[in-house]
Amino acid sequence: MELRRIDDNTWEIPKQGEMRVPALIYASAKLLADVKRDMTLGQARNVACLPGIQRMSYVMPDAHQGYGFPIGGVAAFDLDEGIISPGGVGYDINCGVRLLRTDYTENDIAARRKELLSEIFKEVPAGVGKGGVTKLSRAVLKDILVKGAGWAVENGYGTNEDLERTEEYGRMKDADWASVSDRAMERGIPQLGTLGAGNHFLEIQKVQEIFDLPAAAAFGIRGEGQILVMIHCGSRGLGHQVATDYIELMENTFGIQGLPDRELVHAPFRSELGQRYYRAMCAAVNYAFANRQMIAHWVRDVFAKVLGSAKGMRQVYDVCHNVAKVEKHAVGGQVRDLCIHRKGATRSFGPGRPEIPEAYRSAGQPVIIPGSMGTSSYILVGTTEAEELSFGSTAHGAGRVMSRHEALRRFRGERIRDDLAKRGIELKSTNWKGVAEEASAAYKDVDEVVRVSHEVGIGRLVAKVVPVGVMKG
Amino acid sequence: MRAAAMKKYEILPHTADGKFRAYGRTLEEAFEHAALATASLMWDWSKVEPKVAWGVQVSGRDREQLLVKFLGEIVYLLDTRQFLLAAVKDLRISQAGDAWSLEAELLGDVISDLYEIFGDVKAVTYSDMKIEECGGFVLQVVVDM
Repeated sequence: MELRRIDDNTWEIPKQGEMRVPALIYASAKLLADVKRDMTLGQARNVACLPGIQRMSYVMPDAHQGYGFPIGGVAAFDLDEGIISPGGVGYDINCGVRLLRTDYTENDIAARRKELLSEIFKEVPAGVGKGGVTKLSRAVLKDILVKGAGWAVENGYGTNEDLERTEEYGRMKDADWASVSDRAMERGIPQLGTLGAGNHFLEIQKVQEIFDLPAAAAFGIRGEGQILVMIHCGSRGLGHQVATDYIELMENTFGIQGLPDRELVHAPFRSELGQRYYRAMCAAVNYAFANRQMIAHWVRDVFAKVLGSAKGMRQVYDVCHNVAKVEKHAVGGQVRDLCIHRKGATRSFGPGRPEIPEAYRSAGQPVIIPGSMGTSSYILVGTTEAEELSFGSTAHGAGRVMSRHEALRRFRGERIRDDLAKRGIELKSTNWKGVAEEASAAYKDVDEVVRVSHEVGIGRLVAKVVPVGVMKG
Repeated sequence: MRAAAMKKYEILPHTADGKFRAYGRTLEEAFEHAALATASLMWDWSKVEPKVAWGVQVSGRDREQLLVKFLGEIVYLLDTRQFLLAAVKDLRISQAGDAWSLEAELLGDVISDLYEIFGDVKAVTYSDMKIEECGGFVLQVVVDM
């Protein structure tokens, strides 16, 4: 496959064969070497062949092979000529990250750090097959699918300010519970308010370095040593089932002929089935927002109980990593609505976009990029250039480079815990094998990922944070 | 190939997810072993007591869809019934034109402290899926983890 170097961090697969547009990869030579080891580039090329795709098939710096679309893939489709694809969103719909700030410093919590983490571990259900504490009725679940994080706030979990500081204000308005199957609801009922497992985690972090003081100040990040809490999880089995259901429905309705990869199955955006998937996906997005809203509330409760106060524990922001939505973008000098698929990518809007809450509108949208377990995470700010460069998107994390199988062979969870402890990081997990699978050596270098994002200009560095306590599902 | 054909399944490396190849003398046996392979990514099925039985019935437009839906039942039963698979019994596959159907009995137990669950399969995908016939059957599957 031809790969043309544009500059140090930009590579192009020129339009060829059935590609309707070129593919553009944002990666340093080092990250590109990782990307070349799997099917990422072929998948980006396949996406470029889909009907109605606009401008480019984009690949973010943390990309790795997905199913159908690459993880770290961004693609925008015309609403009339284009498509919507469950594979362009991923199975974990609205897998995302929420960040809370606190008024506490590292020293304030030093003596109670262990207790804080233990209490959070008790309060926030996690692990495979682990149900939530809330027994939901189907009627309540339907309400959640429509109202998202708003349902949680109505029911005493958090504040209206949390909603303002959540992508989509915590609710995608096109959600429709009737488009969500019974099976998906059955899977969703026991799992609301749970962290899950796999790469999902909750971290108590401290600010290590601030790169952009004004943006940091706008986000409530005021200095090194400040304590933050990061929550990374998604829509659990409900979202996975929505993806599975609509892949099958689209196959049965539109067939699979001519697809280079069956996971690329799609429906015209305006078709009845395309719209039904969109509404079901919005419902799963809302479930995930409610999920993170509840978990954030319990974390505040624990801080209040252990440290005497949750004062100053305001939400910085909550971003989606796996989503499709209709946004206005300029293509060929004309601004119009497009269906943007972000799969393992974060929206990264610059100052002035109406989607950004007022408090951040002059600074730009906070972008939260979790690292791998026990390594740094980053806070970035969206840019205006990103709209032109990537439909307002940047990376979403570190991205795996090693299989779980290989990680299990090489690492031991208990050993990782001991190594982290030596570096002053507490670790709690429901399962040590799961810890080994998520070893940071199995991931790309997140520092390099955000450096490329910053240099390309699709998301600029604001602050680097490091964990002091890690809870893994 | 001969040595591989003696195995029920083998787990293969995959960057982000779980990948395996399941073997069988018949398509039915290969499906049965694919179910055990899927379970093996989450718990040790050989240690699970076959105390509870769930009958499953799925249909599909081709063998690939049938496989995705059959393996999806294991994930669904885990999430909704806290069911851990130990064994597959009486698996039958039939075909009438473009319609494939499968019936089987899944035996296992419910989650308890007796069992360690170490992996989370979110969904069964078509990514890199292969169904090959060469004397017996080989099924290659990638699951999202």
